[in-house]
Amino acid sequence: MNTQKEFGEPGYLDYKGRYKGLFSWIFSTDHKRIGLLYLFSILSLFAIGATLGLLMKFELIAPGKTIMGPQAYNAFFTLHGIVMIFAVVIPGLPAVFGNFLLPIMIGAKDVAFPKLNLFSWYLYVTGVVLVIISQFAGDGPPDTGWTFYAPYSFRTTGTMLPAVFGAFVLGFSSILTGLNFLVTIHRMRAPGMTWLKMPLFPWSLYATAWVQLLATPIIGITLLMVVAERTLHIGFFDPSLGGDPLLYQHLFWTYSHPAVYIMILPAMGAISEIITTFSHKTIFGYKFMVVSVLAIAFVGYFVWGHHMFTSGMSGTALYTFSLLTFLVAIPSAIKVFNWISTMHKGSIDLQTPFYWAIAFIFVFMIGGFSGLILGSLAANVHLHNTNFVVAHFHFIVFGGTGFAFFGAMHYWFPKITGKMYDKTWANIGLILFFIGFITLYGPMFYLGFKGMPRRYFDYDEVFHAGNIISTMGSWVLYSGLAIIIINLFASLKGGAKAPSDPWGGKTLEWTIPSPPPVENFTETPVVTKGPYDYKQV
Amino acid sequence: MENETNHIIPYRTYLYVLAGLIVATLTSVAVTQISLGTLTVAIALFIAALKSSFVLRIFMHLKYENRMFSAAVIAVTMLIAVVIIITLLDYLFR
Repeated sequence: MNTQKEFGEPGYLDYKGRYKGLFSWIFSTDHKRIGLLYLFSILSLFAIGATLGLLMKFELIAPGKTIMGPQAYNAFFTLHGIVMIFAVVIPGLPAVFGNFLLPIMIGAKDVAFPKLNLFSWYLYVTGVVLVIISQFAGDGPPDTGWTFYAPYSFRTTGTMLPAVFGAFVLGFSSILTGLNFLVTIHRMRAPGMTWLKMPLFPWSLYATAWVQLLATPIIGITLLMVVAERTLHIGFFDPSLGGDPLLYQHLFWTYSHPAVYIMILPAMGAISEIITTFSHKTIFGYKFMVVSVLAIAFVGYFVWGHHMFTSGMSGTALYTFSLLTFLVAIPSAIKVFNWISTMHKGSIDLQTPFYWAIAFIFVFMIGGFSGLILGSLAANVHLHNTNFVVAHFHFIVFGGTGFAFFGAMHYWFPKITGKMYDKTWANIGLILFFIGFITLYGPMFYLGFKGMPRRYFDYDEVFHAGNIISTMGSWVLYSGLAIIIINLFASLKGGAKAPSDPWGGKTLEWTIPSPPPVENFTETPVVTKGPYDYKQV
Repeated sequence: MENETNHIIPYRTYLYVLAGLIVATLTSVAVTQISLGTLTVAIALFIAALKSSFVLRIFMHLKYENRMFSAAVIAVTMLIAVVIIITLLDYLFR
């Protein structure tokens, strides 16, 4: 049953429900349509965030004021951070590909709570609207950076409350998605799909969902404390009111470091799917991959203090956080070794998603190793708040999550849309994206190492050459991004029809037509084999 | 869900628990008036944990549910406890 005709049900895109047009999307509780609602919201916000980044890099092409002054620059990096972190990379893979593919990959018809799922998207949009309002209301846009550090966040004249409350609402959206996924995975797996027969992408979503559920409330309450401090003058973080600014940093990073794992774990899950499919070989060390994803999620809870090494924490806390930071590198390394081992003696099919996966491993390794440098106490004192840190987290967050997002997009695009894309343009876009990425962020390691601080619109003349290279890299990156997006949108109209399994994948989504029918499966599948059974290939 | 049972708790029990929660709240407010140094936070956390356990076990029926739910709650509580202990590594040794 590989075509919709044989399947006997229309695809979810052709389904005629109660509503038509836009309403058929924004009132739909179909997990696939909700996944696409997130996709278009996130891509739109990504375009805004990327344009802000492009303009910031343009400002830095020369010392002194180029296109904006210090206040505008502060507002730009604040909005860039809030949009990219809270509205793009945190929901990116779970909300888009998780929503669309999780039920299908575990053999279910939908998530456990479809209405709650749609409500999560409404909350997401509400949070984004609040953040946008903060840009235009009151005495000017927020200028604290996405971290809203106290005590500055309640002393600045920027419009903080809508932005902070927007981040709070976005957090709720994330919690509800995590709750939905946890119940779905626990209760709705197909008959025969035992825990150790579940594919790695759902496993990564499972670990992520726990982090979403248990860590996000901490940022929620912290942001409400900021609101209470600003409006009611209750002394939580302000020393003049008897509060402790470091308490804010503890609470903020207790969430925001695990949030990095909300971003990266689903990315690792998607990369695992891509590598095993295009290597046509069972994933190496499946059980270790499962354990490592859970271990990263677990240990990731306890490393937040490495963002605070120069804040004045006690020595005992410094040593503890440094040790724990090095520990979290172990399961991450297991994953990289297992991806490489999966490719070894595999029958590799060099397609666009596979190139994205290789590029992901490359940039993720650089991001990971630079993270170890920052995890060392002595080195951190020198590198803290420099461009080195900015380069590191862009290699992890943009290089990790971003590359995996586009890899997943090219991998599952035929399944989601029922159309194939132009591979030549897809590869050209990827090459430009990759070259631009390295040229943009690579020099920032050097600039930071030489002492250029982050979050300044101006810099000393000695940093000029590195900044010129970095700015030019942003143009190449942006060009690659434009080609990738245009190519995918063009394929929606002009692309060839996609077969049910264009890549030779073995997980359940490749057993149903492209695009999938409304109910996913006409009969509940019975799973008898592991997720990556390539013995017959 | 053939294993599910509806356990009916008498109103009197709810009232006792409510009274207990109010007393615990008043105690935690009263304790802040006494200078006990770092113990103040420890006592506040202890009372809050006690109140939470009442709410979870009685109001939310955890006492009568499958033990897996209790295990999940205990695991999450342990996680939060570790987070607090690690935070105290800063505050107590600063």
